[in-house]
Amino acid sequence: MIEFKNVSKIYGDGTKAVDEVSFTINEGEFVVLIGTSGSGKTTTMRMINRMIDSTSGEILIDGKNIKDENAVELRRRIGYVIQQTGLMPHMTVYENIVMVPKLLKWDKDKMRETAERLLDKVDMGTEFLDRYPQELSGGQQQRIGVIRALAANQDIILMDEPFGALDPITRDSLQELVKHLQEEMGRTVVFVTHDMDEALKLADKIAIMSEGQIIQYDTPDNILAAPENEFVESFLGEDRLQQRSTMQTVDQVMVKKPITVTSDMTLAESIRVMRDRRVDTLFVTDTNHVLQGVVDFEGINKNRKKAATVDEIMSHVYYVKSGTLLSSVADKMLKRGYKNIPVVNEEGILEGLVTRASLVDIVYDTIWGDDEEVESMPLETTQYQESE
Amino acid sequence: MADFFANYGSQMMRLIWEHLYISMIALGLGVIVAVPLGVALTRTSKLATVVIGLASILQTVPSLALLALMIPLFGIGQLPAIVALFIYSLLPILRNTYTGMRKVNPSLVDAARGMGMTEIQLIRKVELPQAAPVIMAGIRLSGTYVIAWAALASYIGAGGLGDFIFNGLNLYIPELIIGGTIPVTILALLVDFGLGMLEKKVTPRNQISG
Repeated sequence: MIEFKNVSKIYGDGTKAVDEVSFTINEGEFVVLIGTSGSGKTTTMRMINRMIDSTSGEILIDGKNIKDENAVELRRRIGYVIQQTGLMPHMTVYENIVMVPKLLKWDKDKMRETAERLLDKVDMGTEFLDRYPQELSGGQQQRIGVIRALAANQDIILMDEPFGALDPITRDSLQELVKHLQEEMGRTVVFVTHDMDEALKLADKIAIMSEGQIIQYDTPDNILAAPENEFVESFLGEDRLQQRSTMQTVDQVMVKKPITVTSDMTLAESIRVMRDRRVDTLFVTDTNHVLQGVVDFEGINKNRKKAATVDEIMSHVYYVKSGTLLSSVADKMLKRGYKNIPVVNEEGILEGLVTRASLVDIVYDTIWGDDEEVESMPLETTQYQESE
Repeated sequence: MADFFANYGSQMMRLIWEHLYISMIALGLGVIVAVPLGVALTRTSKLATVVIGLASILQTVPSLALLALMIPLFGIGQLPAIVALFIYSLLPILRNTYTGMRKVNPSLVDAARGMGMTEIQLIRKVELPQAAPVIMAGIRLSGTYVIAWAALASYIGAGGLGDFIFNGLNLYIPELIIGGTIPVTILALLVDFGLGMLEKKVTPRNQISG
């Protein structure tokens, strides 16, 4: 838990970068500090690892005042990710990842194991370990930047506009990744950005800052539902406030009971399922209905001589948790060209499927208003057939 | 040519050795003093202007005059020559160390510090490796200068290839002048080449191509 108690930062020339800020970040929370430049959001974040020392007030981590701790030791306990990645160009990916463990004098095997495990978490293979950062794409570099901040099991991770320099698609996938890692590993994240979409997408709580003060500190839903004042409203923008009224989750539109096979089924059996149910894609689950992957017709066709059961040929599938906002899923479908996206519950059990057809319904509703009008439209010529 | 080597060959070998000895000790001392000083100056930018200014002034003292000024302090022989050459070697190394360190990408320094490196670790593991090519360029420059200027050291009795040149001048023997000058040039080139190899070795891999 991180507590700010009346914390101020006043520079020598009298400018108040942070002005009497008090708030609490609970363990395991993803908190986004957002504001325009000069709002004090970065200063607030940098005071947590004492890259900037506060002028007055107290910052407590788990009840202990951080001023009582050696700054170097404090920083080694706190992960740090910055926009320009800060990867050391003269060090290999491996050396970069284990920078803090090395400072903490871990033994070699443990560092190696950690680096390999973390690389795997961000879908990068061990062949990257001996490369140099400049041989990597921007997105890959920032993946390394992120796992470097996790390598020494830091409980708190500070991120200063980490994805600001990336293209929208790469940024999108890294946001997913960070959110996923944070939920999986239960770390506390303090994230600075000026991008409201990013904040709404990632945050458990958002702190909106202006002129060194926190204007509103609440969950994204509460902020959207009840903006504190006009400043917050204008910061959110008309679009987002309107969207709120039509906020739908995937649960409302998903197709229930998608067609599945279990991972030990043979290819012949699954192709029969496809034929019977008139679909070209099957979701693979284990016996407890936990989503494992996906097989499609092409994959089966290509591998029918080589493989016996579906788990040998199934591929990873992108999925969302139930309760996810439809708008973010729609965005992903359009941007990345998914035909459909499975929805799983907390335990990973497959619950349903959002298809492109469900999106068509939504767009239809938005354009034509309520259902009555929709039904009055002539439908005999082109009826959209679900293809999953 | 053959006559020259027959008459002066062994003496020449001795003088080359002396020359190299004086220069390398002076350069070595220069590196030992100027690199840490340059690093230290990056931590106090106010002092940096003063110290670098001072080193620049020392650099402008005519070399012969500087050598002569050493005599009241250290007498004659190798010691005053080494001290004078050492003073000359300081500026290029100092200035390059300082600028090289200052030019290290600030986000690297921020990241390293934010991850919990101590100042010493930051300097050793991040700043010095990143600044190495610039620092080495300064050392190479000083190396070539020192070899060339060491020829004047003979004037205050330090020996070296300057002995040939000054004798040649005094006795009107052009062979001696040439026999002193050419080895000095070759030495300077060899030292530059040697330091160049070292530079490649200490340059981080990421900077060789870029």
